[in-house]
Amino acid sequence: MVRVSLFVTCVVDQVFPNVGMAMAKVLEAAGCEVEFREAQTCCAQPAFNSGYRDQARTVAEHFLTTFEGAEYIVVPSGSCCSMISHHFAELLPGDNRVHDLEPRVFEFSQFLTNVLKVEDVGASFDGLVTYHDSCHALRELKIKDGPRKLLQNVRGLRLVEMDTAEECCGFGGTFSVKFPEISGGMVRTKIDAIERTGASTVVSIDSSCLMQIQGALDRARSKIRTMHLAEVLANTLKAAE
Amino acid sequence: MKTPDVTAALGDKKLQLAIYSATARLGERRRETITSDHEELRQYAHDIKKHTLDHLDFYLEQLERNVEARGGKVIWAKDGAEACAFIQNLARKRGVKVIVKSKSMTTEEIHLNEHLEEVGIEAVETDLGEYILQLGGEKPFHIIAPALHKTKEDVSDIFEKHLHSKRETSPEGLTKIARVALREKFLEAGMGITGANFLVADSGAIVLVENEGNARLSSSAPKIHVAVSGIEKVIPRAQDLGVFLKLLARSATGQPLSVYTSFLAGAKREGEPDGPEEFYLVLLDNGRTRLLADESKRQSLYCIRCGACLNHCPVYRKIGGYNYPWVYSGPIGKILTPQFMGIEHDPWLPFASSLCGACGEVCPVKIEIPRILLELRSDKVANDPDRAELWSFKVWAWVMRHPKFYARLAPLALSAAPPVGPVKKWLSQRDLPVPPAKSFRDLWKERSK
Repeated sequence: MVRVSLFVTCVVDQVFPNVGMAMAKVLEAAGCEVEFREAQTCCAQPAFNSGYRDQARTVAEHFLTTFEGAEYIVVPSGSCCSMISHHFAELLPGDNRVHDLEPRVFEFSQFLTNVLKVEDVGASFDGLVTYHDSCHALRELKIKDGPRKLLQNVRGLRLVEMDTAEECCGFGGTFSVKFPEISGGMVRTKIDAIERTGASTVVSIDSSCLMQIQGALDRARSKIRTMHLAEVLANTLKAAE
Repeated sequence: MKTPDVTAALGDKKLQLAIYSATARLGERRRETITSDHEELRQYAHDIKKHTLDHLDFYLEQLERNVEARGGKVIWAKDGAEACAFIQNLARKRGVKVIVKSKSMTTEEIHLNEHLEEVGIEAVETDLGEYILQLGGEKPFHIIAPALHKTKEDVSDIFEKHLHSKRETSPEGLTKIARVALREKFLEAGMGITGANFLVADSGAIVLVENEGNARLSSSAPKIHVAVSGIEKVIPRAQDLGVFLKLLARSATGQPLSVYTSFLAGAKREGEPDGPEEFYLVLLDNGRTRLLADESKRQSLYCIRCGACLNHCPVYRKIGGYNYPWVYSGPIGKILTPQFMGIEHDPWLPFASSLCGACGEVCPVKIEIPRILLELRSDKVANDPDRAELWSFKVWAWVMRHPKFYARLAPLALSAAPPVGPVKKWLSQRDLPVPPAKSFRDLWKERSK
């Protein structure tokens, strides 16, 4: 049995707990043994991206200690996953623990398609869905087709592409509050593209992007809903015995 | 940290549409033109640039020897003042009153036109976009499409006002008006000034790439040709152009090759029917050697000024070219400006990015712009930390290392955060999600019971 340690990220832990529960459900249904290490907190990205490398380094160290010995670490966020697999090395150059960790950290969809070789989890979902490529998943982790294949195999789900799926939603962590007007302009361009598809649901693999998109949709009084891929894949899926 | 007020650009619907559609068109053409060997070409170009800049002294000396062997002269300018002074003196000595110029960001960088104007010399921009802006008293809005923000109607307004032409809104008609006016200047000019897209060390040649033919005319019609170039533009061999010319045209405008590629080596030699009688190459440092000394950010100098990073940058596409503090805008401007001017000059610049990575993805010479932005952010914090922000990250890091405190404090912080500071800024644009009753760790604990 594949043993998976969840890193749910601070955003999912505190703001979108159902995404974490959905991810656990899908992984268990796919035959994994899932654990959650309570000492986990954050991937250190907010400090790293803001230029506070000393503070980021101590949080990265905490992550390394927490996940010592984990066989696979699965993360419901391309951005946090990339922080660990791509940027920890910049914070802690030459640290063997980072080197050992890199090949064991996977974003959720990537773990399903690349490690478990699962493209159909047996879920069903009724509706027209469009997929937003989150930037770090797309450009740093090269995740493009995997989530789409998983969605296309969901019964009842029809996937429609927006014309600018790869354009940033404008979240960017602290960028969203340091430059709110630019960030707001970017997300409004994004929701225009989403609306043009006619989809009723927009799906992504990063809850932070979805928080930004949902916030703008709500502000515009749109009926379109955002869902994390894990929530779609957990839909009508029986919990593992 | 003070950030610029960009609301005027964001609120200008006409401007927003002009930027968005023009950059989208350039991006789309790029995608249509790049070939299956594109990734290979990018890596090759990156490697050539790396090699050249790692051995810049060698290639610059080789270039100088070969330019002089062909009858040209090389002038080493440590900064803009030296470069401008040389050109002013040369023009004065030769009695030049009118200069024709082809598009050059390097001359924008050193404010050459203003320096020439000061000594009574008329410098006329001959690239159509640059000409429009010069007449209207504006600066380039984009590295390769300087008048990208102007509509046909805007251009007609400018021509009517400054050239007293009739109302004309077809691109062909407008071009014709400019051509007639510029033809006079080409005939009158005693000197032509160009930039250089590439300097070829093994041939002592400069290479100019353009679509209008005005650079070719500026460099060949007047008796004197002065090319102004940053020292980083040198490449080792003529055969390397096979890589760079493809990458530049495809990345910039989505053309297989630019319409005109001029390979200019020295002045007119005996027996040759045309070309300038004198040729000068001004090699500009202006801070470049300082960038060169920084090994981790040196690759900022690999830039071939294609503008692809601007066309793909969601921030540039919102705020446009005039909200950047220096001549180089967009992602490349965000990394060049702090390094040329010092991070203290406009500390907000490297932070004005969502780090989406689109710039790095399209860069034809694979400059890791997002990584350099992150390093510049860290430099800014090391230099001049914002006290309150530093303190909050210290507290944050402590909490993140103490899971029990985190588990108790995070829900409180979320549910009780007052609508000030970052929360207020978030709410200025979008709604906040309702905090859940239970965190994931609470739900997991319940499930495990």
